[in-house]
Amino acid sequence: MERHLDEELKNLNTDLLTMAALSEEAIHKSMEALKTRNKDLAKSVIENDQRVDELENKIEEHAIEILALFQPMAKDLRFITTGMRINTDLERIADLAVNISQRVLEIADMPHLKPLIDIPKLAENAKRMVKDAIDAFVKHDEEIAKNVILSDKESNQLRTLIMQELIHSYMAKDASTVTRAVPLLLITRDLERISDHASNIAEEVIYMIEAKFVKHHPEELKFLHKKTDNS
Amino acid sequence: MISAKIAIKNLNLWYSDFQALKNVNTTFVANKISAMIGPSGCGKSTLLRTFDRMNDLIEGVRVDGQILIDQENIFDPKMDLVKLRKKVGMVFQRPNPFPLSIYENIVFGERIHKSNLKRDQLDESVEISLKSVLLWEELKDKLKKPALRLSLEQKQRLCIARLIAVKPEVLLMDEPCSALDPQATARIEELMRELKNKYTIIIVTHNMQQAARVSDDTGFMLLGELIEFGHTQEIFTAPKDKRTEDYITGRYG
Repeated sequence: MERHLDEELKNLNTDLLTMAALSEEAIHKSMEALKTRNKDLAKSVIENDQRVDELENKIEEHAIEILALFQPMAKDLRFITTGMRINTDLERIADLAVNISQRVLEIADMPHLKPLIDIPKLAENAKRMVKDAIDAFVKHDEEIAKNVILSDKESNQLRTLIMQELIHSYMAKDASTVTRAVPLLLITRDLERISDHASNIAEEVIYMIEAKFVKHHPEELKFLHKKTDNS
Repeated sequence: MISAKIAIKNLNLWYSDFQALKNVNTTFVANKISAMIGPSGCGKSTLLRTFDRMNDLIEGVRVDGQILIDQENIFDPKMDLVKLRKKVGMVFQRPNPFPLSIYENIVFGERIHKSNLKRDQLDESVEISLKSVLLWEELKDKLKKPALRLSLEQKQRLCIARLIAVKPEVLLMDEPCSALDPQATARIEELMRELKNKYTIIIVTHNMQQAARVSDDTGFMLLGELIEFGHTQEIFTAPKDKRTEDYITGRYG
């Protein structure tokens, strides 16, 4: 039986997917801008953010409207509340891409500090996590979501590695590198935060599918490790 | 361990050839509100009427299985029905006060259960009963007035007061707010929350928001079966059975 609510949920879903596409595009472009020192590309990410912000508000308002008018229950309720949280995470991801783009503008005219190897690696991991988290949401696939959560560790390790290298091999040895190293430090931190948001989305997707809170429940995560290792 | 006030074991009920309840098993805990939800004809009102054996009045009814209230099987031939119905009171969809004064409505039941009650005992009972349904302040100077002149909400409260006067332990409510406007509904729901400290309350309702708002536990019934019974919060956020999910999300039918 097709319900009036179904149409509303479909529209909400479409908007969320647009939001996801915009956020993914923002990360991709900001990283391209970093690699190619393309200031125009970096600026376009900053300009596009307004669209993301507007869409965030639209989704938020629509979700609240559905809650008020339809008083949805069970999986409909879980879909909407999850959608609201994912919406916030996606907006934060786009904001972090804006931060990265601003750092790119700061360093674009300076000589390279070093060849970029690990930062693009971290960026790839963060991008993949976001893409997979959205994929898990679209396909209602908890396995994909679980793997996203597990991938966060890799981002954390890469961040630590990059930061240590920047601090010990450059900043501590040669103070003149600080102006170029600090933006890279900040970009590294932002990429790791994007991974965190992807991980949040994955946790929210698991709640949507299984009605289980894995956030702040390490014992559930242990269970997830085990299940994933066995599969 | 929380003790069961009411335990239903393998309960089946037939209206002649039609089986209205199919192998129902569950327990209701004291001092909680349990809501029974399900589409029309699913058996929820029939189930409610088995607790005080009101179905006995319908011709062709056959029951097997057990309902234990305080460990006592109510279908036992030795069961004293007057005692059972004193212990288990019922509130109906439309309030049905007797065409008597407010005062006489409340003491009516007590006069049946006990003779030779003194006037001051009755007065005290009227005051306590009306206070417990939060009507005392409104009505204490109008006790001689006909109950039929009260508002619908007041009548429904009076009917609950009339039950409370005979000191029941279980309150059954069959769509108790369906004749009331949203504000009166909210006040009756507030009253239910007050009453659950003293009584075991089972409510049948078509209003799922009401079930979600007032109850601690919820049972979903379909075609005579109790499909799922559990904590209200779980039933409405993450039901285990797909049929429950379909019903509460409006996909049923």
